[in-house]
Amino acid sequence: MHNPYKPYPVRIDDIQIATEDKSLRTFKFVFLDSEDEKIFAYKSGQFAELSIPGQGEIPIGIASSPTEKGFVMFTVFRTGKVTSYLHEMKAGDIMGIRGPLGNWYPWDKLEGKNILIIGGGFAFTTLRSSIKMMLAPENRNKFGKIDVVYGARTPGMLLYKEELMEWEKRDDINMHITVDSTNDPNWKYHTGFVPTITEKAAPPADKDTYAIICGPPIMIKFTQPVLDKLGYQHDHIIMSLENRMKCGIGMCGRCNIGKELVCKDGPVFTLEQLNKTPREY
Amino acid sequence: MKIIKIDKKLWSDGVEKSRAAYRLIGPVKDKEFHQFRELAKGEQPDMNYKNSRLSPKSIAFPQSETMFLYDLDEKAEAHHIMQDAPKDYSPRAVIGIRPYDAKAFKILDLNFNNSDYQDPYWINSYNCTTFIGLANSSPDKFDFSTSCGTGPFDDSAVDVLLVDYNDSYLAKIMTDKGSAWLNAAGFTTKNGEIDGTVKGVGEAEEDIYEIIEKLKADAEAKITSKVAFDKIKEKSILDIFNAPFWEDIAFACLNCGTCTYSCPTCWCFDIQDETKGKKGIRQKNWDSCMTSLFTVHATGHNPRHNDWERTRQRFMHKLKYFQDKYNQGIMCVGCGRCVEQCPANIDIRNICNQMNNGEWE
Repeated sequence: MHNPYKPYPVRIDDIQIATEDKSLRTFKFVFLDSEDEKIFAYKSGQFAELSIPGQGEIPIGIASSPTEKGFVMFTVFRTGKVTSYLHEMKAGDIMGIRGPLGNWYPWDKLEGKNILIIGGGFAFTTLRSSIKMMLAPENRNKFGKIDVVYGARTPGMLLYKEELMEWEKRDDINMHITVDSTNDPNWKYHTGFVPTITEKAAPPADKDTYAIICGPPIMIKFTQPVLDKLGYQHDHIIMSLENRMKCGIGMCGRCNIGKELVCKDGPVFTLEQLNKTPREY
Repeated sequence: MKIIKIDKKLWSDGVEKSRAAYRLIGPVKDKEFHQFRELAKGEQPDMNYKNSRLSPKSIAFPQSETMFLYDLDEKAEAHHIMQDAPKDYSPRAVIGIRPYDAKAFKILDLNFNNSDYQDPYWINSYNCTTFIGLANSSPDKFDFSTSCGTGPFDDSAVDVLLVDYNDSYLAKIMTDKGSAWLNAAGFTTKNGEIDGTVKGVGEAEEDIYEIIEKLKADAEAKITSKVAFDKIKEKSILDIFNAPFWEDIAFACLNCGTCTYSCPTCWCFDIQDETKGKKGIRQKNWDSCMTSLFTVHATGHNPRHNDWERTRQRFMHKLKYFQDKYNQGIMCVGCGRCVEQCPANIDIRNICNQMNNGEWE
C-alpha cells in the first residue's frame, strides 16, 4: 500500500534570494531517487508538503513548470517555524517532499481560451509555473491570448525578475508589470495597484476568456469588483486558496470551507463555487 | 447468519484460549471509568460495563501514533530520511464493543480509506481487528443511537454480536472473521459449525430469533430521545451556516474539546515531529476543531477566529457537511458521550433538531 504520509527524499540543489528584503528564497530540489521524480508528476496549480525532519511540514505551491525537468522549485516566504528553518538550510542538505497535492488550474477547460493571469506579491509561484508551462513551445499554440498583470510593492519585491523581463520582450504574451511605488527614475513599467492596472489592461470579458487570480486577500477583494465591472462571469474567474493544512490529502480536517477541503477539493476553485461556500479562509 | 448459544461458564476460558491466535482488547475499569485497551494475560473484558469514557476509536486511530522515525545525525546512514515505524498488525479481537461504536468505524473508514488516498495505519489496524460486539440491553438516557442509523442491537458493523440472555450469550455470527474467532475460542469448528464435543455450546433453538427480536425491541424502547436530520439535507450549506442561532448555541461552550476527544466519529488529527537528541519520530495526534491553533495561519490570520465559529464548525461538519458529502446520514452514532460529558450541558440532540426544524430568515 502506498503511504501518502511518506515524503520522497530530496536534496537542496540550489537556493536563491528572491526579493530585495530577503524574506523570500527560491529552492530547487532534486530527488535522491530519480524514480520518485517520475512518480511526482504534477500540473501547474498543485502544491506539495515540504517536509523537514524535526521541524514539520509546510504546504507550498509548486513554482516550477511540468515542462522543466530534473528538479522541482518552490519560492518560500519566511514566516513560521518551518519556513524560518528552511531559510537557514544550505544547498546539499537532505529533506523531503510529499505530493503533488490538490487540484490544478483547469487546463483541459482552458485549452483554446484566452488567459488573464492576475497575481500579487509572493503569490506568483503557481502562476509562474502556469506561464512557463503555457509558453513552452509544445504548449503555446494550445492557448489564445495570454495577459499577465503582476504587481508587487516595489521593483525589488517582484519575483522571478529575469524571467519577467524576458517575457516582456516576447510578442506572444502581454505583460502588465506594476509596482505600488518606486523612486527609480528608469522604471518603465506600470505604477499603481493591481486592481487599477487590471481595469486598464485586462482583455474584454467573453466566453473564451478566463481569469486566474492569486494574491493577498486585499488584492483579491479589490480586484473582484473590477472583473465584475469588466463583465467576467463567476465561472470564468479561477482562484487559488490557502488554509492551514497538515495532511494535504483531505483527512486531517482543518482546511475545510464548508464541505470542500482546500487541500484535496482545491486549492483551485472558481468564484462561482466559492459563492456557495462559507468563506472560512 | 447463524446463532449459537454459549454458556457463560465457558466464556472466560474461551476468551483466554483465543489468545493463542489473537491479541485481545476489551473494556476494563480504570479508576472510575471504563476504557478500551489491550488486555494483559489473564485479564478479562468487563462484560457488564455500560459505556466507556472515551470511544474505542483509538483501537485503529490512536490518540498518538508514530508513523516514522528519523535520524538527524549526518554521520548516520539515511539521515534526514523518514523510516517506517515498526508495526504489529497480527490478528486481534476487540471484545464487548457496543454496536454503535463499531458502526463509528464504518464512518471513520469513509475518511481514512477512499478512492483518492488510503491511510495505511488506519486500514491495516482496522483490517487486522475482529469485532466481537455486545448488544446493549439497557441503553441510558443519553443514548439516541436508533435515530442515527444504528442502535443497541445493530449487527451491521460487527463480526459477532453477543446478546446477553440469562446464563448464556447468544452469538450472532455475522462474518467469517467472526466464526474464526469463535473457533479459536473453542466455541465452534472452523466453518462456524457447532462442535458437539464442547459442552455448554449449542446451536440455538428455532425460537431464538424471536427471543432476540424481543430483547432488541425492549432495548430500543428504552431509547426515548430522537434526532431528525432529513430537512438539514434539503437546506443549503450557506442557509444553515448563516442561521441566526450559532452565537446563542455556542454561548456556554468553553471550546474545551471534550466532545471531540470522546466522540467515536471525530477524526481530525495533527502531525507533529518530536526530537530527542539526534533522533526523532513523526506522529499523528488527535486534534480538535475547538482550538484556535487548529486553523490559524502562519500570518496570524484565523478563518475561525471566534470561539463560536469553532462550535459552529463542529456541528456543521457532523450534521451538514458530512451528509452532503457522503449521503450516508450524519457523522454521529448517537452514543451520547458528548452529551453526558459536556461541562456546559451542550446537547447535540437539541442542536440537530434546531438545525432541522428551525425556521429563520
